[in-house]
Amino acid sequence: MSLQHVTTTVNGDRAEFLCDTMETLLDALRDRLGLTGSKEGCASGDCGACSVMFDGRLVCACLVLAAEADGRKVETIEGMAGTGELHPLQTKFLELGALQCGVCTPGFLVAAKALLEENPDPDETEVRYWLAGNLCRCTGYDKIIRAVLETAADLRGQ
Amino acid sequence: MELEFTTRTTFDKVGTRPPRPDGTDKVTGRALYGADLAGADMLVGKVLRSPHAHARILAIDTSRARALPGVKAVVTRDDFPDIGPEGTVKGEVEENLWDVARNVMARDKALYEGHAVAAVAATSTAVARQALKLIDITWQVLPHVTDVDEAMRPGAPLVHEDMITAGMDPAPEEPSNIAEYTRIEMGDIEAGFAAADVVVEQTFRTEAAHQGYIEPHACVASASEDGVAELWCCTQGHFSVRDMCANILGMDLASLRVTSSEIGGGFGGKTTVFLEPVALLLSRQSGRPVKMTMSRDEVFRASGPTSSTSITARIGATRDGRITACDASFRYQGGAFAGSPVGYGAVCGMAPYDCPNVDLHCYDVVVNRPKAAAYRAPGAPMAAFAIESLLDEIACKLDIDPVELRLRNAVKEGASSVYGPTFGTIGFVECLEAARDHPSLEAAPGPNQARGIAAGFWPNYGGQTSVTVNVNNDGTVLVSLGTPDIGGSRASMCLMAAEELQIPYERVKAIIADTSALGHNDTTGGSRVTHSAGLATIAASRKVIDTMKRRAAAVWDIDVDAVVWDQGCVRPSGANAGDHEPLTFDAIAAMAPATGGPIAGHAEINAEGAGASFAVHVCDLEVDPETGRVTVLRYLAVQDAGKAIHPDYVEGQYQGGVAQGIGWALNEEYIYGSDGILQNPGFLDYRIPVASDLPMIDTVIVEVPNPGHPYGVRGVGETPIVPPLAAVANAVSRAIGQRMTETPMSPPRILAAIDQAP
Repeated sequence: MSLQHVTTTVNGDRAEFLCDTMETLLDALRDRLGLTGSKEGCASGDCGACSVMFDGRLVCACLVLAAEADGRKVETIEGMAGTGELHPLQTKFLELGALQCGVCTPGFLVAAKALLEENPDPDETEVRYWLAGNLCRCTGYDKIIRAVLETAADLRGQ
Repeated sequence: MELEFTTRTTFDKVGTRPPRPDGTDKVTGRALYGADLAGADMLVGKVLRSPHAHARILAIDTSRARALPGVKAVVTRDDFPDIGPEGTVKGEVEENLWDVARNVMARDKALYEGHAVAAVAATSTAVARQALKLIDITWQVLPHVTDVDEAMRPGAPLVHEDMITAGMDPAPEEPSNIAEYTRIEMGDIEAGFAAADVVVEQTFRTEAAHQGYIEPHACVASASEDGVAELWCCTQGHFSVRDMCANILGMDLASLRVTSSEIGGGFGGKTTVFLEPVALLLSRQSGRPVKMTMSRDEVFRASGPTSSTSITARIGATRDGRITACDASFRYQGGAFAGSPVGYGAVCGMAPYDCPNVDLHCYDVVVNRPKAAAYRAPGAPMAAFAIESLLDEIACKLDIDPVELRLRNAVKEGASSVYGPTFGTIGFVECLEAARDHPSLEAAPGPNQARGIAAGFWPNYGGQTSVTVNVNNDGTVLVSLGTPDIGGSRASMCLMAAEELQIPYERVKAIIADTSALGHNDTTGGSRVTHSAGLATIAASRKVIDTMKRRAAAVWDIDVDAVVWDQGCVRPSGANAGDHEPLTFDAIAAMAPATGGPIAGHAEINAEGAGASFAVHVCDLEVDPETGRVTVLRYLAVQDAGKAIHPDYVEGQYQGGVAQGIGWALNEEYIYGSDGILQNPGFLDYRIPVASDLPMIDTVIVEVPNPGHPYGVRGVGETPIVPPLAAVANAVSRAIGQRMTETPMSPPRILAAIDQAP
């Protein structure tokens, strides 16, 4: 089967790749573009470790076909930090020790950023339900939830 | 190497919470995990797994797969050298090599659904998958057994037809699924029960839970024509991976170099090998690098869950709540191979209590399930579920507060418990008191709510450890460790090196070195790293200081005994005091090239003195009597850390263990159909706790210094998962007025229990 040519935008830059029509966006990001920050934990949309923004919408990259990225905008963990400066969520995760093994961390950060863009003042329950699609087996979520709530407060200037 | 020390109690850096050295890479996606390495010309490896719970493999025909364009290698049982049944190799626990080799690739029989039977390497994932379908296997399906109690019955299908139970006198004549029987006795059990005013007895069952690490197993192997090979993999112990692979494949240890990637969770499950020897064989056969990753489905079906168990226990106590006797029968299945953690479970359950009369019977049982792997405090949570539930029953019968009951029986320094060694300085009483006095206990449970209390114990471990501390000429320091960092240990090692060398934390960096760079390191497991790698880091740092003193003394042309190390400087002392300006750490580092060359310290130790660990958990929850759903309202974990080097990551261990324990208690289970096939091999149906299932988890770090460590450290990783099954069960039982005896306490089980309640 011949491969499909895809032209897309990843973290603000034009990106092109060839992919199998059965390939997922996660496979293309990792294997075609070398962006391995998005992780495969389940390949079934249950763990959220591959969370990316797809035309401004939070999705699991394992549930999107690579070919669907044609003409769209994809944002991954690799694009989250500014030039030489971490995003406030990244800084807060480090400050509070909100990660242990770190493999779920990119997904949590992408998902949490999407939350704060939609709701800058979430309460604890809202944060817990928004992040319920991201599995973490190390932390018990406590420090992750605190990091998101504290970042939200910081960004609101409180 | 002997390190002499008195345990110190005041610190400049230890106990602070700086960002971890590997943190930025992990929040930016740069950190490379098992599946993140790509090599030129790399092939994709895939495994064919048994669709049957138990079946003889009569023939394997790979000819059609080999003929498929793009297939570069095919591996089956015929490609593995035959190794004898006697060898063992140490992962987190001692494993029989013959078993590990047969778990990696089935030989005469597939012993569980998911057991590897063949593997291919191909130019793409699609071709590899297609090739698996072209492998023809002639099966003779056999009767199977997956339940531990059924497996022990006479006439049960035999997992190994020649297995004679070890440890019985006389040895049984007939084979069975009981691999080993062990009896642990202390005191006079009959006298103990005769002295009891109240006796409680119950049978408990726990289903298997999986470690549930988010990163599936992954590796890249590259074997070259001269017999040398390299392996990159996510593991808790790359030295053990090297030893296992080399022994299984008949290589010498120097010819296999293993690099541990960042590891995306392990919890004991990444202490053995699955894909790694297969990938090495595929690479050897194809002459190209081979990458293998498990799907989540494979992780559940083929990597180690913990044991399912069946435990019958009886405890007697006097009217005033003194435990007089405990006898129990522990039946743990270890999957298709001997080696369940039943012995750990048996001794850990009663270890917190000063009970003079104990009689424990342990059965290590095989069934047609994946080979059990270590899971955080292997064996202990299930035993604690039984013992701590019975203690709660005694507390209810005698109307004694459950914390008070435990205080009356708690082991203290000098106590000899069933666990074996006489306890040294321990903090169990301090944990109980901290739990009793915690403000969260002031909240009174409302309707359908209740509070559950349980304790937990893990002995902790030291083990072989090798560390190098290199001083650069600019005064920065690099610590090379051989213990994969699974939850922030590099930060703790940097803190301890900075404390010892009296230099800023930011001047110290730590890496996990590969197997060619350091002497042997035991696996990250048994809560051993902060203790033993910490000991080695401190010892290596002290060698750096000794060298610096010698260098300064030589520069000043005075005797080394005439200098002292003080606040990060070498100063002349005694008769020479004041003769020379002190030389700072940085100054001596800069002088290194001219004063004898690089400055480094090594430590190669077999660490002893691991301090025993105790925890007390308090769980407040609410049961919905209509649906049987449980909502955890509050949770408090109190545990003795000896000394918390980096408190964030100590709290994180407590909270993470609690979350795993709550999942095991309420949701998680391996569900087998009558066909012996696992019904829920995915995160949708094997549901681990998500953020909206849990409350914040309060922690109290008790610090009773361990005299076996210069800073007082006790390992903290295992113990937090020991109490939760019982803490949750005790709360549910009190809420509904009926003793819960099985996990998971899923809504249907709770509704059934409510129906039975008096």
